[in-house]
Amino acid sequence: MESVFKKLSLTSATLILLLLTSIFVVLFIYAKPAIDEFGLKFLTDPRWGVTVQVDTPKVDKQVATTEQVTDEMAQNDNLQTEDLLLDDSSDNSDSLLTDDEDGSTANTKEVYGGFVPIVGTVLSTILAMLFAVPIAMGIAVFLSEIAHPLLAKPVGVAIELLAAIPSIIYGMWGLFYFGPLVSKYVGGQSVSLLVAGLVLGVMIIPFMASLTRDSMNTTPAVLKESAYAMGATKFEVIKDVIFPYAKQGIIGSIILALGRALGETMAVAFVIGGVFTFPKVVTDPTVSIPVVLANSFAESSGMSMSALFYLAVVLFVLSFAVISFAKFYFLRNKNEIFNK
Amino acid sequence: MRFLINKIVLGLSILAALIGLVFLFWILIDLTIKGVGAIDWHIFSNDLVNNGLRNLLIGQFMLALTAVVIGVPIGMIAGIYLQEYSYGSKYAEFIRNLSDVMMSAPSIVIGVFVYAIVVNPVGHANGWAGSIALAIMMIPIVVRTTDDMLGLVPKELREAGIALGAPKYKVIFDIIIKAAKVGITTGILLAFARIAGETAPLLFTSGNSQFFTMNMNQEFPSLTVAIYNLATMPDENLVKIAWAGAFILTVFVLLINLLGRYVIREKK
Amino acid sequence: MKNVMEIKDFYFTYPKAPKPTLKNINLNIEENKITALIGPSGCGKSTLLRSLNRIQDLYPGNKYDGEILLKINDKMENILEYKKENKLIELRQRVGMIFQKPTPFPMSIFDNVAYGLKFAGIKSKSEIEGRVEKALQGAALWSEVKDRLKESALGMSGGQQQRLCIARAIAVEPEVLLFDEPTSALDPISTAAIEELVVELKERVSIAIVTHNMQQASRISDYTAFMYLGDLVEFGETEQIFLNPKEKQTEDYITGRFG
Ligand SMILES: Nc1ncnc2c1ncn2[C@@H]1O[C@H](COP(=O)(O)OP(=O)(O)OP(=O)(O)O)[C@@H](O)[C@H]1O
Ligand SMILES: [Mg+2]
Repeated sequence: MESVFKKLSLTSATLILLLLTSIFVVLFIYAKPAIDEFGLKFLTDPRWGVTVQVDTPKVDKQVATTEQVTDEMAQNDNLQTEDLLLDDSSDNSDSLLTDDEDGSTANTKEVYGGFVPIVGTVLSTILAMLFAVPIAMGIAVFLSEIAHPLLAKPVGVAIELLAAIPSIIYGMWGLFYFGPLVSKYVGGQSVSLLVAGLVLGVMIIPFMASLTRDSMNTTPAVLKESAYAMGATKFEVIKDVIFPYAKQGIIGSIILALGRALGETMAVAFVIGGVFTFPKVVTDPTVSIPVVLANSFAESSGMSMSALFYLAVVLFVLSFAVISFAKFYFLRNKNEIFNK
Repeated sequence: MRFLINKIVLGLSILAALIGLVFLFWILIDLTIKGVGAIDWHIFSNDLVNNGLRNLLIGQFMLALTAVVIGVPIGMIAGIYLQEYSYGSKYAEFIRNLSDVMMSAPSIVIGVFVYAIVVNPVGHANGWAGSIALAIMMIPIVVRTTDDMLGLVPKELREAGIALGAPKYKVIFDIIIKAAKVGITTGILLAFARIAGETAPLLFTSGNSQFFTMNMNQEFPSLTVAIYNLATMPDENLVKIAWAGAFILTVFVLLINLLGRYVIREKK
Repeated sequence: MKNVMEIKDFYFTYPKAPKPTLKNINLNIEENKITALIGPSGCGKSTLLRSLNRIQDLYPGNKYDGEILLKINDKMENILEYKKENKLIELRQRVGMIFQKPTPFPMSIFDNVAYGLKFAGIKSKSEIEGRVEKALQGAALWSEVKDRLKESALGMSGGQQQRLCIARAIAVEPEVLLFDEPTSALDPISTAAIEELVVELKERVSIAIVTHNMQQASRISDYTAFMYLGDLVEFGETEQIFLNPKEKQTEDYITGRFG
């Protein structure tokens, strides 16, 4: 019995390794056709589901020449890309349908590239961080150093509870209230990169603030007291004692929140626009990887499906890298921070 | 001068805190106004086909509950391994880190993964796929909680059990887990609240259904997926239902959180 | 004189430790007597005590050398040769242990005392009840708790909890009881009660006790072993050790002239 249970427990723990590996492997297998077809150029190709002419009739083995074909295509189409993009974005679902029909004819093929959603993901995350970091730091400092304990306790509880609100709620609020407001005062549409970034920022504020506050609270009281005893002001104590002491944990919290923003779907899906265009200005609509997955997955098949899996791989690797980075460089021995 | 800087910085910090809190309460207030306005008895007694939420509420609860049934035993036993049987080995430390990283994996990717391994072979979305996706999200949280909470139990308690001639697994189940019960329960409640409000992993796993069903082999009603679909509909009425659903979901999630974080913990 | 345990040329090394923590220990635990282990902090008293029921085997990688013999059915068995889980479980039923801090399990008073019984193969409800009552009486706790056996053990006072742990240990009727500083977390009154109890217990079991309290050792023990830096410096009758120590180190330690 004892040894049975011991083995069972080892198996369960190993299941985690197995799960994570199989997520990688399965996503990769499903993405394989797209990876073979587009290679790493996928990452920098802004075309999604664009039908292009294959004007090399002499070559009948397509597989062997895939690379050359895409290369040529890129050169030939460089000038037209801009137009294609605009056409495509104007009505995405329509072009997908026509693509399917065109796909059967011998001399055309569809090109998928992830550049737009990748850029959209990165930009919306950066916007979110620019907005959230100062506010979250302010809240954390307020809670751990400024507010009277009688106030800090309930406000802290409120912040923790807000961190637990499902992200789809943030998305809805963005769609119905915040987006129109931004559009009215800043301009642009009510769905845009800017709105998406800000909503994402609002969403991660409570998460980041409560983690940061927890890190700050690990500063031993004696350290603070001895600084105050030397006549330091509150700001000086925060700057010279608390920040240096809790630096690792604070940076870790910020990166962890960044990881959450990168992979967030629902807070963004309502408000980013979901169109495959480069945002020329920040108030233009665009798309992010999770949103592409959420919106197009159900209707996809074949190469478009595979391309979506390729995007999923990119997202997974990206967030895996970010989280591992936070974990190994900043949150070593400070594991409690993950327990939120 | 120093004092001026001090005042300015503290003022800015309070301002930032105010801005943050204003935003967050703004959301809650909007949600409450829209949500309360949209709630009536009709919503609870009808399914989505008849503009109600009944099947969605029950469906979402079922999905999350099934995920708990799958995820909690696996997560707890894995957590027990890490804390009780690994003796701080490198392998255990590795698994611990992986589990933490997995906790932050994008939920949509989990959905895509479960689509590939369950929905695609079966041929259509179904309740089990949804619950599996939620369970995968839940496992690392449960691992973490179990690991941490067992770690707080003094080692003398284990030794006292062993010194009475009890086998180790008995000591773990009869004594150690009981001693860590409050913490583990809290952790599981919070994990439950977290997955109950998830949308992204359900989009193409459970799908959604207009009708009441308990058959997990079919497309399964999901409140969150329904909210996502309804909120962008042109029909005012459907949007209203979405708000009602969003409000109920939030209240539910917050109540579970309160229960886990503050009620149970205070009782200890 | 009859020995229940004999420790012969015993060495103990913690995992990854460069040197053994216990070196060449030779010591007997006599039947129905109290043997006290004294010595400065870190000298290895707990380590020795924890070897006697191999509780340290909860953590892998320890190295034992030499012999520790335990009398089982009038034959001496070397407990260091036990490999199987079952053997170790049997050993711990014969050699019980009480810790420095009380360790009540998070269950009722009754269940605490009954906990070890089911592993000793006692199933019948009436027998369990009888044994629990007897053990609680043996631990001088029965009159205090007989009306609240179903209540959680966590609500008792520290001294009561420690006596509960003793009741729990004697319920399985061990031959040897090991005490590792059982009173160092208690107030003087509870300490006196436990001391009295330990002395009573030697009618039934053989006892080894680690203590930092010289008066306690001299009051209750029959034999005393003085350890220093992993060596057994001196072992003899308590009176002799305290009144007439042979070694200078022993004398320095018990007169408090020790660093
Ligand atoms: N798990 C362990 N791993 C490695 N070394 C250990 C371990 N436990 C104890 N030691 C070392 O073994 C030595 C003896 O420790 P032990 O606990 O037996 O001392 P002690 O005499 O009981 O001291 P005290 O009076 O403080 O309880 C000490 O030097 C200690 O640092
Ligand atoms: Mg000790």
